[in-house]
Amino acid sequence: MKKIFSLIVMLLLILNCSEDKDDNLSLVNMSNVSFSFTHDWDGTLINSSNLQTEIVTNEHGEEISMTRIRYLISRFELVNDNGDSYLFDGYKFTDLEDETTYNFTPTNNSIPIGNYTLRFIWGFNEADNVDGAYLDLNSASWNWPAMLGGGYHFLQFDGMYNVDTTAPSPFNYHNGTARVSDGVFEQNFALIQLSTPITITNNANIEVKMNISEFFKNPNTWDLNVLDTPLMPNYDAQKMMQENVLSVFSIGSITQ
Amino acid sequence: MKLLDKHIIVALAFLATACGKDDDTTGYVNQPTQAPLDIPQIFSDNILNPVIPSDNPQTIEGIALGKKLFFDPILSANNTQACASCHRPQNAFTDIPRFSIGIDGIPGVRNSMPLFNLAWNYDELFFWDGREFSLEHQALEPVTNPIEMHNTWEVVVQRLQEHPEYPSMFNSAFGNGSITKEKATKAIAQFERTLISANSKFDRYLLGLAELTPAEENGLNVFMDENRGDCFHCHGNPNNPLWTDNQFHNNGLDATFDDLGLGEVTGDPADNGKFRSPSLRNLAYTAPYMHDGRFSTLDEVINHYSEGLQDSPTIDPLMKKVDEGGVQLTDQDKADLKAFLLSLSDPSFINNPDFQN
Repeated sequence: MKKIFSLIVMLLLILNCSEDKDDNLSLVNMSNVSFSFTHDWDGTLINSSNLQTEIVTNEHGEEISMTRIRYLISRFELVNDNGDSYLFDGYKFTDLEDETTYNFTPTNNSIPIGNYTLRFIWGFNEADNVDGAYLDLNSASWNWPAMLGGGYHFLQFDGMYNVDTTAPSPFNYHNGTARVSDGVFEQNFALIQLSTPITITNNANIEVKMNISEFFKNPNTWDLNVLDTPLMPNYDAQKMMQENVLSVFSIGSITQ
Repeated sequence: MKLLDKHIIVALAFLATACGKDDDTTGYVNQPTQAPLDIPQIFSDNILNPVIPSDNPQTIEGIALGKKLFFDPILSANNTQACASCHRPQNAFTDIPRFSIGIDGIPGVRNSMPLFNLAWNYDELFFWDGREFSLEHQALEPVTNPIEMHNTWEVVVQRLQEHPEYPSMFNSAFGNGSITKEKATKAIAQFERTLISANSKFDRYLLGLAELTPAEENGLNVFMDENRGDCFHCHGNPNNPLWTDNQFHNNGLDATFDDLGLGEVTGDPADNGKFRSPSLRNLAYTAPYMHDGRFSTLDEVINHYSEGLQDSPTIDPLMKKVDEGGVQLTDQDKADLKAFLLSLSDPSFINNPDFQN
């Protein structure tokens, strides 16, 4: 009897310290989703190991080397066949030099099983792009100058072009709010809608692929000899970037 | 009944302790008093919290011990040099010579780095070349560096143990037990983390407590303008008041490298000639400039970026117009940029009595 009593106390102890597993028992058809981003240049995988060593050729024909690629996306949203939308909180700031930033698991990542398509915002939309509002992005010096409309960079892509010549030159392909004229600014985020169907049957990891070469390709063939740096205050360059980013992303493999 | 009581007591005692945090109180006569960093508003409003290792929390006793060690030449082989010899409070914790002179009269090869806001170096890579992770590890090196303090930690620990004050100070800070180099550098790191600079004129401007002159205002615009200075990509901005990214860049100082910088640490040729961006705070007190102290004035620094850039295979693409030598600032923009940069200096930091010997 006495031992039984002690065992009961010990059992209570174990239960006391264990995680509650029954919270989602009623949600048997729910899945948790996460995202993994991979990056390539027309099929050649680019990661922290080869970012600075890979020599690639852009659509216009210049050989380039890459030094730094960082980008911001936000408002991940999965939309099912009925048009129901599941909007995930948070934003994803990726630095290709830091592979721990390649993955993104939203806090509220539970959705019903079903068929979906993915959409997200390139950068921040107008409501989210509040100057200085995000301490982690400020800490990464990700800010977009107030004189250009403030808020944050969407992309910082730095490298050298014409590296096969005796006179390589730097480029700074930076994207953010577009300045129309002094004090007049135009939102420059993009809605990325990926039509590839995603069937969620279980907890799933969705690969999103970024083809870096597309920044220079479609619909605007980018001539770095003309547009290298500075591009941040260049309205036309900013709008061309907004157009070109639409074909950069695609859906890869779904692991579940 | 007694046996039942015993079972209950044992089980309940286990219950009470099983979920609790382990607090190792062994060896302390009195627990050290927690002394969390006083985070300036300009930081808490804008950037992430400082990095404090979980195994080295800030305490009053640890900071006091660290401060005493920092200013004590006992760390050097011949008892002539302290950390503060090359990291002087009046120079924002750097020194005046291009290369600091060690105890044997031999100069080093790099300029002494200023010390402030170190807990906000989020990657925790220290030295110009980032070769040490964490302040605690960084503080180990100068003691044994043959051209700095040229000592051994065995000798230092022996001296500290035989000292009339240190043993009790170590006990108060870290509990009873032997003095170790790890405890010593933990204490130094605690003191160094208190070296916070956040009260420049520009800080007060951001808080609405000061106004910029027209020159300082234009200087800020030069700093933030990709068409002109474009300084902000590496050196922070009004939303990042550290005024550094703490990252590694080749800023076009040389066409070839005598000092490989980060490349020496990583072994990767792509890192050759890269050094950590220093903060632009307190430039009024930290001359000479660059990792090798080659520039004795701010004018020389600005001229370098304006027309003195040297091309090399690893030059950062953020160094614009390399083929023209740089961004070609006008004399007016140079003067205004300098005025803005000087507004980032913080006299209350170098005069803070808590940081003096």
